[in-house]
Amino acid sequence: MQAREIIVPTSSVSMLRKPDPLGDTEMTVSLGPQHPSTHGVLRLELVLDGETVVKATPDIGYLHTGIEKTMEKEKWQQVVTVTCRMDYLNSMGNDLGFCLAVEKLMGIEVPRRAEDLRVLLTELNRLSSHLVWFGTHAMDLGAMTAFFYAFTEREKILDIFECFSGQRLHQSCIVIGGLRYDVPDNFIQLVRDLLDRFPKFFDEVKRLVTGNKIFQRRTMGVGKISKEDAIDWGLSGPSIRGSSVDWDVRKAEPYSGYDRYDFKVPVYHGCDVWSRYLVRMDEMEESWKICNQALERIKEPGPVLSDHPKLKLPDRELMKQHIDVMIHHFLLASEGFTVPIGEVYQSVESARGEIGFYVVSDGTERPYRVRVRAPSFVNLSALPTMVEGSLLADVVAVIGSIDIVLGDVDR
Amino acid sequence: MSENIEQTHSVKKHPRYADVSLIRKRFNGTVQQIIEAAGEVTLIVRREGLEELMAFLRAEPSLRFNYLSDIGGVDLGEFASPRFAVAYQLYSLVHNHRLRVKVYLKEEDDAHLPTMFKLWKTANWLEREVYDMFGVKFDNHPDLRRILMPADYDGYPLRKDFPIKGY
Repeated sequence: MQAREIIVPTSSVSMLRKPDPLGDTEMTVSLGPQHPSTHGVLRLELVLDGETVVKATPDIGYLHTGIEKTMEKEKWQQVVTVTCRMDYLNSMGNDLGFCLAVEKLMGIEVPRRAEDLRVLLTELNRLSSHLVWFGTHAMDLGAMTAFFYAFTEREKILDIFECFSGQRLHQSCIVIGGLRYDVPDNFIQLVRDLLDRFPKFFDEVKRLVTGNKIFQRRTMGVGKISKEDAIDWGLSGPSIRGSSVDWDVRKAEPYSGYDRYDFKVPVYHGCDVWSRYLVRMDEMEESWKICNQALERIKEPGPVLSDHPKLKLPDRELMKQHIDVMIHHFLLASEGFTVPIGEVYQSVESARGEIGFYVVSDGTERPYRVRVRAPSFVNLSALPTMVEGSLLADVVAVIGSIDIVLGDVDR
Repeated sequence: MSENIEQTHSVKKHPRYADVSLIRKRFNGTVQQIIEAAGEVTLIVRREGLEELMAFLRAEPSLRFNYLSDIGGVDLGEFASPRFAVAYQLYSLVHNHRLRVKVYLKEEDDAHLPTMFKLWKTANWLEREVYDMFGVKFDNHPDLRRILMPADYDGYPLRKDFPIKGY
């Protein structure tokens, strides 16, 4: 029998010692993929000299499910069910990005109430996403208690989503043309309660972690990336705003009526983990402000879905009287609608940064190609720049500070 | 999908997209076509002059595209010629405007592009993903390996002749 060449998967070579020309030894350590601090299935191949990281190589793709390919076989209105499964912590933001892209391609306007509701929901989602980041980031650095506080409050936000759409994580309630349905009667009261409670809760958790000397020592001056490097490596969202770049897609290219809201974009100049922490903490307060404004605006009833004939199902009474309305309903429900030929790129500010949708349509009822610019993917590519030269223990802090979601990285 | 995509509707021109009159004059041979549709501007560019054009777009003070948002590949079909399109989404943090640069690649075995890693480091992973998903090669890329699929994987998942299930 002929001997076969055995391919050893790199993941099994977890520890390799090789001689160093200086007489010292460098060690290759595989961090992850099953490691709590990597926030999912990220594997880092670290070359260590003692405790110092010499070289870091992220290895991704463990969660690759071919979402971009799946989108090509779904109908336009069905794609929303897939987009929210990419970045599962910020699902509404993803849905919104895709819907805005298709709306731009179709040239339709969304009712004002739907825009305000979209803002409210995405900001609540940002709040819940940042709370997950806050809890896990603090826990990675040893502050266990903050995790429980953050997750208790996040549960409340998920309860609101559940009351609205029946789903806690993958709501898919933002659809092309507006929202799938109007909010239930008790929605406003639930959000009101949450927002009233939030400042007190937030002060409490801030005192727990922000003023903590150990936490500060673990994060200040760690994971530095200069302003120029941050732009060059394409960081976005809170990660770039921690490196003194004042750029937020909500302000720079307002969508969904964000220009009508009064909020600030927090920018810090430390370029380190601590600055990125402060940016996110301030951002939660700004999100709270936006939620308050949006909640006032959705009190008057109104339509939440565009009345474009391609998007809205016809009136049931009319259907019983006219055969052509019936046919229209049947075709819309069974075959979906077509989108004009063309291509657009729409970016929105997700909780992690700029999420962009490059949508190509060939005029049929399914997208020809949807390319997703995932913020976590691009942010992660800058990780080696941030960790090389620092200590092994700081790698965990840096991973937490760029707040990656592996579902978003691998898609 | 044809090379010249015609838009069937018009949306009011968005101010966010860059003024391309300067490029039209200077890169007459490189830029094949300028499409303004749905409020967005797309430059259809020949591969030969791509590097020079991108360096110009990055350096020119009135354009200053210092941020590369995305590189997205499109497969135009198994029997189409050109077969692939690669779209670069550029953004300027200085002027707050965007531009899309699109290159068509003729043959499957000739699908290669110059790397943009020297201009924007973001291109490192983005180009690796295009290579991984479509098999488009990037010349002089520092580390052109598969990124999402396993290293010994055969086939390019986002090509149109790759089945959705049953591979």
